[in-house]
Amino acid sequence: MKQLSVFVENKVGRLSAVLDVLKDNDVDISALSLADTSEYGILRLVVNKPDVALTALKESGVMVKCTQVIAAAMDDAPGGLAKLLSVLSEANVAIEYMYAFIGKEEGKAWTVLRVDDIEGATEVLKAHNVSLHDDYENYRK
Amino acid sequence: MWQEKIETMPRVELEALQSERLKNQVKRMYERVELFRNRMDEIGLKPEDIKGIEDLHKLPFSYKQDLRDYYPYGLFAEPMENIKRVHASSGTTGKKIVVGYTENDITAWADCVARMMSAIGLDESDFVQVSYGYGLFTGGLGAHYGAERLGATVIPTSSGNTANQLQTMVDFGSTCLCCTPSYAMYLGEAAEEAGLTDKLKLKAGIFGAEPWSEDMRKEIEKKLHIKAYDIYGLSEIMGPGVSYECEYQAGMHVCEDMFIPEIIDPDTLEVLPAGAQGELVFTTITKEGFPLIRYRTRDICSLNYEKCKCGRTHVRMNKPQGRTDDMLIIRGVNVFPSQIEEVLLKVSGDITPNYQIIVDRVNNTDTFDINVEMSEELFSDDIKSIEKTEKLIRERLRDVLGISAGVHLVNPKSIARSEGKAKRVIDKRKV
Repeated sequence: MKQLSVFVENKVGRLSAVLDVLKDNDVDISALSLADTSEYGILRLVVNKPDVALTALKESGVMVKCTQVIAAAMDDAPGGLAKLLSVLSEANVAIEYMYAFIGKEEGKAWTVLRVDDIEGATEVLKAHNVSLHDDYENYRK
Repeated sequence: MWQEKIETMPRVELEALQSERLKNQVKRMYERVELFRNRMDEIGLKPEDIKGIEDLHKLPFSYKQDLRDYYPYGLFAEPMENIKRVHASSGTTGKKIVVGYTENDITAWADCVARMMSAIGLDESDFVQVSYGYGLFTGGLGAHYGAERLGATVIPTSSGNTANQLQTMVDFGSTCLCCTPSYAMYLGEAAEEAGLTDKLKLKAGIFGAEPWSEDMRKEIEKKLHIKAYDIYGLSEIMGPGVSYECEYQAGMHVCEDMFIPEIIDPDTLEVLPAGAQGELVFTTITKEGFPLIRYRTRDICSLNYEKCKCGRTHVRMNKPQGRTDDMLIIRGVNVFPSQIEEVLLKVSGDITPNYQIIVDRVNNTDTFDINVEMSEELFSDDIKSIEKTEKLIRERLRDVLGISAGVHLVNPKSIARSEGKAKRVIDKRKV
């Protein structure tokens, strides 16, 4: 699945300028995380229209890149995430970062994963019957 | 006075001496330095055409770039067995510029510094603490040899380790301090904090290698209870001591028996009349190892030929008021924006990201920061890899410049531009 990674300098108004561009282009955010250092952060976004958002952000002068991530479903219950991660660690897949959100589907939650080996991870997860979603529309259903 | 006869020589005699020395130097360099000979030939000038200092303006200029083009020894006028020492300063792409000294050159240089030390009232009974850096930089060894030649006791602490500097100053009874003016300020403050000011025996300070203001001078004098004197020099010509203040602190006497100064208009290249402000140009008339004819220093100042109250006849130059190029002097180190540009280009790949250099002076120390606009080439989704890039930029800059800079990644297009070009340097120092 496509994720947008946006460079945001740690200054008042920088984040809000990015969000304004998304708003003006009618882009809906379903998940986000912000990794920060003392001087800047990287805003990672899952949105309904990644290609529209990418172009609009670039045109507005924002530094943005499209990154491939995995969106994996898990049970929205104690142990749900633990189970998912044990599958990956057993297969020796290293996670660079991750963040989770609750989906629209009852009893399900989603994890967005950036891993060193996307193909390997996808295979392993599929083998363990974990549902993955390639694009936004799928998990909205 | 250290060399009274020379230092107080009537100007007519001094100019006759300069003429004689200039003629010899031109002849010698024409025979020995290929670049100089070629430049003379190009304009059809022969050594015999130079009959005295009135013909100086006919000679071709020389430039810092020459030192890079003929790196390392291509401009030396003596065989290497006669070169007893080299000094160097950093240049673009890590290429240093190198200068060489014969034994006579080293002695002449020591005399320049000894003249100053004597002029400000120092003698054999003094203790001179040299807190300039020792090494390829001319500051440390320049002051050291001068103090030694004077017969004073040299305390070669070199730079850094402030607590130790102060303790040494107290324990060894230093009476004169040589360092950069900003470091003198810093030492003054540190002495106050440590309650050592009253234990200092300092009476004078010799400060140079970076720009400083009259306000700063007053501040240093108050803090360290000394008289603070300005010294000027550049390694291409000699090192510190090319010119210096005497006890009257009224301009820096150029050691004119060794260096002829001219002031030119940097655009028309015409020599300007006495007193006019323009670019300072030097001709070394006694240098053996690495002589230069009409070297363009890029420093802007003016010359005052009035006789000084101290009795010296040698012309006085005022503190350089700026530069005709974009060179910055940060913590005593020469920095060109082009050096920073090259580092950024190498790290980034094909395109130089937009950048801005911000220099300020906080607590009397120069701060040096570079804002770099985030670009496609530098950006990554991975913080670790951005941090690695930042670290690489910082390390390369330190290698090339010899001082460290803070590197900050900023939003694209956030650096102000005028006429499409980003303003490269913001120097907030009030000096």
